[in-house]
Amino acid sequence: MSPENLVQLLYLVATGLFIMSLRWMSDPETARKGVFSGVAAMILAVAGTLAGVVTTGGTHYWWILLAFAVGAGVGYPLAQVPLTAVPQRTALSHAFGGLAAGLVGAGKFFLYYGQDNAEALAPYIVIAIALEVLLGFLTFTGSLMAAGKLQEIKWIPQRPVTYPGQNVINFGLFALALALGAALVLHPLAAWAPAAFLLVVLLSLAFGVLLILPIGGADMPTVISILNAYAGLSAVAMGFVLNNKLLITAGALDGSSGLILSIIMCKAMNRSFTNVLFGAFGQAQAAAAGGEAKVYKPDTVESAAQIMAQADLVVIVPGYGMAVAQAQHRVRELYDQLKKRGVTVKFAIHPVAGRMPGHMNVLLAEAEIPYDDLVEMDEINGDLPQADVALIIGANDVVNPAARADKTSPIYGMPIIDADKARTVYAIKRSKNPGFAGIENELYYLDKTFMLFGDAKVVVGELARQLAEGGAH
Amino acid sequence: MSLLDASTLALIRPEAHGGHGQLDFMGALFVFMLATFIGLMAIQRVSRLLHTPLMSLTNAISAIAVVGAIIVAAGKDAPTYVTALGLVAIFCSTTNIVSGFLITDRMLKMFKKREGAPK
Repeated sequence: MSPENLVQLLYLVATGLFIMSLRWMSDPETARKGVFSGVAAMILAVAGTLAGVVTTGGTHYWWILLAFAVGAGVGYPLAQVPLTAVPQRTALSHAFGGLAAGLVGAGKFFLYYGQDNAEALAPYIVIAIALEVLLGFLTFTGSLMAAGKLQEIKWIPQRPVTYPGQNVINFGLFALALALGAALVLHPLAAWAPAAFLLVVLLSLAFGVLLILPIGGADMPTVISILNAYAGLSAVAMGFVLNNKLLITAGALDGSSGLILSIIMCKAMNRSFTNVLFGAFGQAQAAAAGGEAKVYKPDTVESAAQIMAQADLVVIVPGYGMAVAQAQHRVRELYDQLKKRGVTVKFAIHPVAGRMPGHMNVLLAEAEIPYDDLVEMDEINGDLPQADVALIIGANDVVNPAARADKTSPIYGMPIIDADKARTVYAIKRSKNPGFAGIENELYYLDKTFMLFGDAKVVVGELARQLAEGGAH
Repeated sequence: MSLLDASTLALIRPEAHGGHGQLDFMGALFVFMLATFIGLMAIQRVSRLLHTPLMSLTNAISAIAVVGAIIVAAGKDAPTYVTALGLVAIFCSTTNIVSGFLITDRMLKMFKKREGAPK
């Protein structure tokens, strides 16, 4: 077998293992096998590439080894972050992925340009390079911005930033980048080509920042998914540049995953892609505040514990507030205490609760709550009319009945968890301000709703303690 | 090395031969389309419980960009700055490979069934 065929064979096996890796993710029982096959595939891919490079005469091996070592040294601590920081970490790795693709694209372009290689800079190769660079660099800065917003870094605005003509400016820059790309396709070896190429890089970097500026926290699950898809597509473009089918396949798997997650997130918010990216959702609605002053009905933890102790079914609705307060372990204590008293406890998981797809599931799994009790929105909504108590922990928009009834509400049409159908509603809330999206929540003013103000971790811990002490009998 | 071997080698390392050789553009498009469909079908079956680990797993998988990064960094005739771009790209991809797979496994280990629940 020629060395080249051996490389291709290794790539072929790696491709199969990557597909199996995703296939095994269909069930929590087999999911860890998916990680192992992914690791095996990656090892084969790297080994195959190194073998190919060695047989065709490569160089810089010590430097490459050093880059591997430093990458592993940075990657290891990034895998040890607390699970509440997983959205930031994910955004950060999208940034790394985008940067890697962009740099490889730029490297290839300058290499061919320096060689004055008209054949290598055939139109479709230049198109692929341009797409790779555009997607790669915009994913890089866009993901950095998203990570910064999620980490709540001071100089990155948390609230959506909008200004007049925003979309005109964004589209203008994008059109300019496309025009420059087209010029490069036609004249890849022109004297001005390197300058035009660098300008495309700069425009892509700027475009990434501008794309994320108007996006608020509630939209993060969708945006992270879209960036995930972009990172995959930039790897696909790289595959076209290098004529490498492994890159194309693995990139396409990543791209389709990002696409499906984005679609699920968009459906869960009843919004379209363009609306998320260009709609600048989430500005506070000052106008709505003019109505009659409504009053919350606060209640004590003691009486809440009493009501819950006598319940048959308690549905807990977690939201981003639970993650912020790191309350998941206290929630587990509450879960244990209620179970001990024979109460059935279920968790209602909205697809966009938290800051990335599946965020709540991971936090609750970390607190060792069995995943059988984590129930999807569509499934749990049938049970809510039978629930004695719905306990809302740091969730807001996902339980706002205005989404069903109020046509003027910005979240109208979004599928919600029907917490308002439970017999009694308890809502734990940090402050009396409206939620992230700044939308008033009718649920809090219902006759059956009682508010427990305070930090979620403290309040839930106190609830669990009350139940444990039996004071609620 | 036979003549045939040399010409097949030119396919993967075309830059060594000064050109891109006979690129199979349509073949690449076929691969892309089929892989996308396989991806869509496999991902649609992924349990919603696992969407966060799924994203970190695909993140690690898309670090397959390391392949391109190695090819660029190991290029013999490349100017130093091109090699440097390749090396930074290797660093970025390796970071994603290591952290992506490790954190995915760390998260998946936490998903447990209720004790005594039927398998």
